[in-house]
Amino acid sequence: MRRFIETDIAVLGGGPAGLAAAMIAHEKGAKVTIIERDFELGGILQQCIHNGFGLTYFKEELTGPEYAQKFIDKVKASGIEILLDSMVIDLTPDKTITAMNPEMGLMKIKAKSVILAMGCRERTRGAINVPGTRPAGIYSAGTAQRLVNMEGYMPGKRVVILGSGDIGLIMARRMTLEGAKVLCVAEVLPYCSGLVRNFVQCLQDYNIPLHLSHTITDIRGTDRVKEVVISEVDEKWMPIPGSEKIFECDTVLFSVGLIPENEISLKAGILLDKTNGPMVNEYLETTVPGIFACGNVLQVHDLVDWVTKEAERAGENAYNYVSNLDRGGKLLKPIRTIPGENVGYIVPQRIDHLKEEKLVQFSFRPKSPDKDCIIEFISRGKIFDKRKSKHIIPSEMLNFQIKVNPEIVESDITIHIKKAPPKVTQEEK
Amino acid sequence: MYDIAIIGGGVTGCAIARWLSRYKLKTILIEKHEDVASETTKGNSAIIHAGYASPDGTIRCKMNVKGNPMFDQAKKELHFDFERVGSFVVAFTDEDMKAIEHELKQARERNIPGEIITDIKRIKTMEPNISDKVKGIFYAPTAGLVWPFGLTVALAENAFENGVEFLFSSPVTGIRKTEKGFTIQAGEKQIDTIIVINAAGVFADDIAKMVGADDFTITPRKGEYILMDRGSCPVNYILFPTPTIVSKGILVCPTIEGHTFIGPNAQNQESKTDVRTTSAGLNEIIVGGRKLLPSIPIRSAITNFAGLRAVSNRNGDFIIEPSKVENFINVAGICSPGLSSCLAIAEYVVSLVKDHTTLKVEENPDWNPIRKPQKRLVDMNEDELSEAIKERSQWGRVVCRCETVTEAEIVDAIHRPIPCTSMDMIKKRIRPGMGRCQGGFCTPKILKILSRELDKPVTEITKNDKGSEMVFARTKQLEIQPWKGDKP
Repeated sequence: MRRFIETDIAVLGGGPAGLAAAMIAHEKGAKVTIIERDFELGGILQQCIHNGFGLTYFKEELTGPEYAQKFIDKVKASGIEILLDSMVIDLTPDKTITAMNPEMGLMKIKAKSVILAMGCRERTRGAINVPGTRPAGIYSAGTAQRLVNMEGYMPGKRVVILGSGDIGLIMARRMTLEGAKVLCVAEVLPYCSGLVRNFVQCLQDYNIPLHLSHTITDIRGTDRVKEVVISEVDEKWMPIPGSEKIFECDTVLFSVGLIPENEISLKAGILLDKTNGPMVNEYLETTVPGIFACGNVLQVHDLVDWVTKEAERAGENAYNYVSNLDRGGKLLKPIRTIPGENVGYIVPQRIDHLKEEKLVQFSFRPKSPDKDCIIEFISRGKIFDKRKSKHIIPSEMLNFQIKVNPEIVESDITIHIKKAPPKVTQEEK
Repeated sequence: MYDIAIIGGGVTGCAIARWLSRYKLKTILIEKHEDVASETTKGNSAIIHAGYASPDGTIRCKMNVKGNPMFDQAKKELHFDFERVGSFVVAFTDEDMKAIEHELKQARERNIPGEIITDIKRIKTMEPNISDKVKGIFYAPTAGLVWPFGLTVALAENAFENGVEFLFSSPVTGIRKTEKGFTIQAGEKQIDTIIVINAAGVFADDIAKMVGADDFTITPRKGEYILMDRGSCPVNYILFPTPTIVSKGILVCPTIEGHTFIGPNAQNQESKTDVRTTSAGLNEIIVGGRKLLPSIPIRSAITNFAGLRAVSNRNGDFIIEPSKVENFINVAGICSPGLSSCLAIAEYVVSLVKDHTTLKVEENPDWNPIRKPQKRLVDMNEDELSEAIKERSQWGRVVCRCETVTEAEIVDAIHRPIPCTSMDMIKKRIRPGMGRCQGGFCTPKILKILSRELDKPVTEITKNDKGSEMVFARTKQLEIQPWKGDKP
């Protein structure tokens, strides 16, 4: 006999996205079930013991666990059903979930709506084809973070880090504070790919060199890492011969990007975008009706505050879906959003409902850094809205609420990030 | 005093051990590393070749042709992952077509099923993403995929359960001829034996030299591979390019677990331990792979690795013979198709022991050919899994989510007949860490399970051999070396 659970909204993942989505849906009045694979709620925030979380959402500076705890306390007090230590192994388009845990065994969970909040995983050494040997001492930055901050073990003494993403920068500081020597951070891009504040507070403050336009071209050592070779790269990321620098070290940490974890989404037949996350409409609803997505499983965020806000929208929209509320003017043909000049991707990928003018939240990232930019929203060849931005960098997501009017917007919306024309001063006139 | 000592715990050594275990013999297998399948068996194409390819009259041809059909029976007895998916040799030019016609001819002469297909529509139906430039293919349906770790562990465990002893982490540093046989210096131990079987892979010539039985040399030939994520690059068949003299070329191939790999290249080298990958090598196999399957999404790679083939100076043929030193048998130069041949080699080596040594060989009436495999989640249906969790809750806890491995399987692996004591040993039994996140999530969990089950501190848990400890110390307890500043 297998346990059978019925619920209104099943939330897959109990990290920041899942917690916020579940809480809102519960507050609206839905029966909510959270399924979390770890032993506790909070997701990856639990291992992010540094501060800097919550400045936007709570207007105060919190550590990762503190930020998570605010939601965990609310969720635990709410009576939301929480399944911990539970792995989802299947999801069907009719929203039946197969999950298992040691206590309850194999379960079938029938939900009216599902919110995907599974987060992301780290890109591996293999994905960027770093050559060399395969000894002990090669970790992804997130695994090292878990070992140090949660398990209490030091995975290295002399460390080279590849990738200047936020986790790489944070771990450079963390390993240093724990007594390890971080020899350098190498970054293949010509600029730091993490947040500016992390570059300053984690590398500069500790005199850790950042080698831009560099990558690892060899890892040496049989049992344990012995040496790492980094080389400068050209514009095409090809190593420049003769530029090799050798570092004697025992550990290499890889912080080379995050990939949304959509194995379960694919099982449900959900279509993915080039973000590796599901394609969604303005309600964050995937290509399978009633299945919503939010947080890093949808798009990799740089600030958890934005994850929370996105998740709250997903929770509210899932509630509206299960309550059969009118979602307004379903279009025969959805309006597509198209990344234009210097735009990497756009969430949502389409607008499905548009009866009258409404606000739509657009999230996107630039492909390369720029200054003094104008962001243009275009439909039918006409700019229907534009915004200014002084500094744009790929590591900082752009979020805008834009009024979309059915009388102006048709078939598709293109977003461009353009250089603002230089200001003409009085004298020049 | 042992009757037989096998040097080398690769697939060849383990297959020989298992075949010898059916006789009343005191046998020991000596392995340098902490586990079987640690060198050449660890880095190869994992293919059971149909047997049409090797040149006529060679030992490797004989062994491959004989060995391929033996896998069906061995699978029934030993329970390892093996499937006959079939292979293509892909021809792009008229010259290639001539080459595959030659292969068809050889296949016919050796009674190996196969056909040439030139109907492009049919080829495309069989393998939808194959290059549009294909002119024809040679299809060999009996070619198969095997999981080399599963096969080698199964052979070793069955040998062990039938009385073969295993000595791990014991490199052979000297062999002395004695009155009755040999004394082998293996790590700290001295092993006395009547017969030595030298199955030492790329080191077989060095081992043979210790007793003057080295009338051959071995050249390591490196092959590099890239493993692609499940579903990112699906192929149905083993795809070979038309072969060259040096190798069977860079192939695109499914693995039995549903991934896809590309590789290997072929680079002779001096070092017998250097298995690093290089930028140039990885680029070479990407270019090679894309000739067969242009759509390979290289961003979906999950790991790369290299292995060494042991190539003999006898035209690259296998050397399986009694040496000029009495009771010392060489099983050397087992390059491709070594994996395909291992069962036939084992059988042949046993016949050499019977015919060419002073040992009396009697059947063991208690021999049990059946090896009870480890129970795995991937082999269960929902009802079986449901029952398993009820009986033992560890079945309900998934530790490795990429390969769906539960805590129960990891604990079972640790307590198998040949117990697992390291991260890689567990990986080689039930695959945690072999999936798309490459151990990113499960490594800390497996470290703790190993620590608990072995009653050893986490700081003593290794990746594989001694010296490959995973972590150095508890936090706040790192011995800080004074930093003397960077070299100018």
